[in-house]
Amino acid sequence: MTQNLRVKSSEFIDETNRISFKFDGKTYYGFKGDTLASALIANNVHLVGRSFKYHRPRGIMTSGSEEPNAIVQVNPNSNITEPNARATEIEIYEGLEASSQNCWPSVNFDIGGINNFLAPLFPAGFYYKTFMWPKSFWEKYEFFIRHSAGLGKSPNTRDPDIYDHRNIHCDVLVVGAGISGILAAKNAAKNNFKTLLLDEKNELGGSIIFEANEDNKINYNSAFEWLKTEINELKNIKNLEIKTRTSVAAYHQYNYLLARENLTDHLVKKDKKNKIRQRLLKIRAKKVILATGALERPLIFNNNDRPGIMLSSAIKKYGNFYGVACGTKNIFFTNNDSAYESALSLHNKGIKVEAIIDIRENSDAKIIKKINDAGIKIYWAHTIVDTRGYKRLSGVSIMKLSNDGTSVTGSKISISCNCLGIAGGWTPAVHLYTQSGSKLTFDEERKIFIPKADTKEQISVGSCGGDFELDEIITNLNYKLKNFLNINKTDFEGITLENDHETSKRNIWLLPSDQTIGKTKPFVDYQNDATAKDIKLALREGFRSIEHVKRYTTTGMGTDQGKLGNMHALGIIADIAGVKMGELGTTTFRPPYTPLTFGTIVGRNVGEFFDTFRRTPMNDWHIKNKAEFENVGQWKRSWYYPKENETMHQAVQRESKAARQSAGLLDASTLGKIDIQGSDASEFLNRVYTNAWSKLAIGKCRYGLMLNEDGMVYDDGVTTRLSENHYIMTTTTGGAANVLGKLEDYLQTEWPELDVYLTSVTDHFATASLCGPNSKKILNKIIPDLDLSDNNFPHMSFKEVLIDKIKCRIMRISFTGEQSYEINAPASYGEAIWQKCIEAGKEFNITPYGTETMHLLRAEKGFLIVGQDTDGTMTPIDLQMDWIVSKKKYDFIGQRSLYRSDTMKEDRKQLVGLLTEDPNIVLEEGAQIVSELNQKPVEMLGHVTSSYFSPNLNKSIALAVVKDGKNMMGRKLFVPMENKNISVTVANTVFYDEKNERLNA
Amino acid sequence: MFLINCPYCGERDQQEFKAGGEAHIERPKQPTELSDNEWAEYLFMRKNIKGVQFERWNHAHGCRKWFNMARDTSNDEIKAIYKMGEKPPTQ
Ligand SMILES: [Zn+2]
Repeated sequence: MTQNLRVKSSEFIDETNRISFKFDGKTYYGFKGDTLASALIANNVHLVGRSFKYHRPRGIMTSGSEEPNAIVQVNPNSNITEPNARATEIEIYEGLEASSQNCWPSVNFDIGGINNFLAPLFPAGFYYKTFMWPKSFWEKYEFFIRHSAGLGKSPNTRDPDIYDHRNIHCDVLVVGAGISGILAAKNAAKNNFKTLLLDEKNELGGSIIFEANEDNKINYNSAFEWLKTEINELKNIKNLEIKTRTSVAAYHQYNYLLARENLTDHLVKKDKKNKIRQRLLKIRAKKVILATGALERPLIFNNNDRPGIMLSSAIKKYGNFYGVACGTKNIFFTNNDSAYESALSLHNKGIKVEAIIDIRENSDAKIIKKINDAGIKIYWAHTIVDTRGYKRLSGVSIMKLSNDGTSVTGSKISISCNCLGIAGGWTPAVHLYTQSGSKLTFDEERKIFIPKADTKEQISVGSCGGDFELDEIITNLNYKLKNFLNINKTDFEGITLENDHETSKRNIWLLPSDQTIGKTKPFVDYQNDATAKDIKLALREGFRSIEHVKRYTTTGMGTDQGKLGNMHALGIIADIAGVKMGELGTTTFRPPYTPLTFGTIVGRNVGEFFDTFRRTPMNDWHIKNKAEFENVGQWKRSWYYPKENETMHQAVQRESKAARQSAGLLDASTLGKIDIQGSDASEFLNRVYTNAWSKLAIGKCRYGLMLNEDGMVYDDGVTTRLSENHYIMTTTTGGAANVLGKLEDYLQTEWPELDVYLTSVTDHFATASLCGPNSKKILNKIIPDLDLSDNNFPHMSFKEVLIDKIKCRIMRISFTGEQSYEINAPASYGEAIWQKCIEAGKEFNITPYGTETMHLLRAEKGFLIVGQDTDGTMTPIDLQMDWIVSKKKYDFIGQRSLYRSDTMKEDRKQLVGLLTEDPNIVLEEGAQIVSELNQKPVEMLGHVTSSYFSPNLNKSIALAVVKDGKNMMGRKLFVPMENKNISVTVANTVFYDEKNERLNA
Repeated sequence: MFLINCPYCGERDQQEFKAGGEAHIERPKQPTELSDNEWAEYLFMRKNIKGVQFERWNHAHGCRKWFNMARDTSNDEIKAIYKMGEKPPTQ
């Protein structure tokens, strides 16, 4: 039976706009302006979920983002469903569907509910203990845990919504639009500060707009009416940008904040279409004013979690703001005056309040008289010892508190009710404040953590700063704003304020029961089902640090980060450990304040925009000619060019043979190219490469190996001397940016005296590498005027030529062992030059080849690839490249490290060739190498770094790093694989044309 | 996320910068004269102090210049920024 609990028309609810929505498959109605929570309560639905561990029935507790229980699945039947949404924050719209989480098969009949009766089996640290011992039990537990654990279900297709990012720079950022935030923003903007005001709710005004406390007056009028006028005035203020439905997620150093602006979640489906769903605001503010308010505390007593038990302030908000009664028979349980306001507001609407239970001895606040006049019974110095009702609260039992508050006395009184408002005082919302790195201080008297100090860049105002009463808030705000903004006067200075003052205080973190603690369930963290009992157990087991207790009991580790109960956890620990809470410290509040969807975090950087990619000038030709592509860093490189139905292997074998037998063409545009100029260019190269450069003649090329200062190979490439003081260096494709960075570093910081200038020209040149025995003939067709004889244009030299008026640099260098010419053309002519090579090469069956064939051809020659055959632990000596390390040079990067005792060890891992006994077996790259098959533990000698089937040698070849490899020539070793052991022999790294005869053939 | 005042470009977001480790570790002029221990000291040993630390930073996505920063590692306060070759500020 649904029941209509709408009791009052509210200016925030549009009763002419009736909205239907579904919850757990059932259709309900609410109004525009309702949240899912308020609409459910209006329909008398309180049971909305099951708790995490014990699967206890849970209801709506709060009216805001701190909600621990009413966590729902939105669009539960869609594959773009969203888990873990707070019913208290979802604004309803026509067609909204939501369902309970964490219960199966239904919220009303939940199989996991049995855990509640098995609770003694689930003490604090249950999971830790289970994982530890006995080991064999894990498998039994796992099935059970996996089925009952987890909040909600995640979507299983790509998020179709659009998300956006925006950078905002402002003078003053105000977080929170309660009375403090509104006045702060208004005064900042009026004083010419570019101001941004954010609030997570859809309405401005904070708690005052639903307070309806007649004793709070500004200028002899109700505070609410006064604030409404202020809010209206905001519209006409320049310099002020206001964003509602915007939650600040993170506050980083230097006033850098991230906020999520929710744009369409409250709209009906058709209005959401093609609109940005959420926007991540990246805010850099010169000054930040935190006006984040305070969160009401629950009270911790036995069975304090039943549906129908809510925060007192939430009951008031549902009544005053949404016009909804949370219950028909209400009780309030409190340690302060605020519950009396809630009770009175219900009473004035004709909603029955049965009693108020107050743990204090008395209070002299004015409101007490009104409660008495209303005939509401107050039980002073009483506490609730137990509650009743499984799926909905049906009553409470109360007893008198002892003087010291640790036990109860007298007889038990039973009162029936279906809603209980609990009021445990207020916790300043200091989460963002602490995220910024600022420190808290503990106010022992008021039992609250408050900001330790304001700074020139940041202040906390209103209740998040520890000011709770209206006169205190306004007076301190006025004073703080004037200092912070350096202004003479605020526009609210001198307003008259009237309000009640609270004088009577009593705080008990864990309220006693007539039952022993072991038999009670006083929940501290509702979402994670952590009770005061668990905290006591953790302390008994020796945990002392708050951070350890938190993890052991999972207190404060849910999606709500324990916004409600963290203070009680601290208080209980402090009480037991006998220390002051201030000494205990608090746990760290980590971003985000409320959960963010991944979509918001990544914004537009999805799909093809996830990362930038780079294409060479010849890319269109590769696509037209059906190349398969490989990602190399950000580059898309042609990998191989399959013909008809060729497999990759077949294509690579064909390409490799063609390059050696006639001619091949490779797009080498991605190689890093650094232009080096200056009178000290030669000296610079001397210092960065292992070999000598001063004597390199103009027009000649030289291979260079670059080390890190630790002596390990870092990069390699060919550098050409273009003129006296001008070189062009090539680097590996992946290393280009890092090499430039490293060289710049040395130039700027170690050798600023050198006259050298570095410019990246990787993108400025396209490179077509023409190789093979017929390459000379082909090049001759393209540039008939150039004398290509080995005398005029020998290996390792360079010519600058004109091809159809296009100025090109041609280097005769080889990475394949064949005669080879690298034609570098200005990038925009890259495809034209490539096309020319293809045309001229037709009669020689010129074959374009990709990176795979390039790798194979160089492996046949034993040329290493930095990053494949090396891994940052290989010296040139390890690579058997002693020949390239100058013995004459006094110093180069990494030289000294080559003489460290460790790098000089004879038996380091060294690069060798490997040949398989069966020439048809191709080793797996990365496979381990051993010398003995039956040794235990087996000693790993090294691993395979490159491995191919060579069509030119008609056998498999491999490069590998092997411990003491240089002394193992001809030794038989093994490569053990999953189902076979492969016999291999250590060989020379050069498999093909050892004498380099083909370079000048 | 720091706001870093590049000595050549002005205040920019930390995203544009790359941290380069401890500052004022000069590369030895004559490495071959050093013992293994002395060379290892230069090569591997770095302080990691709580308090004001001198660091190298590079405006990698900007002017590409290297500069020095004095940063309090306990609260990330940037105490000073100064160019390469300049002496660290004394307090
Ligand atoms: Zn810069």
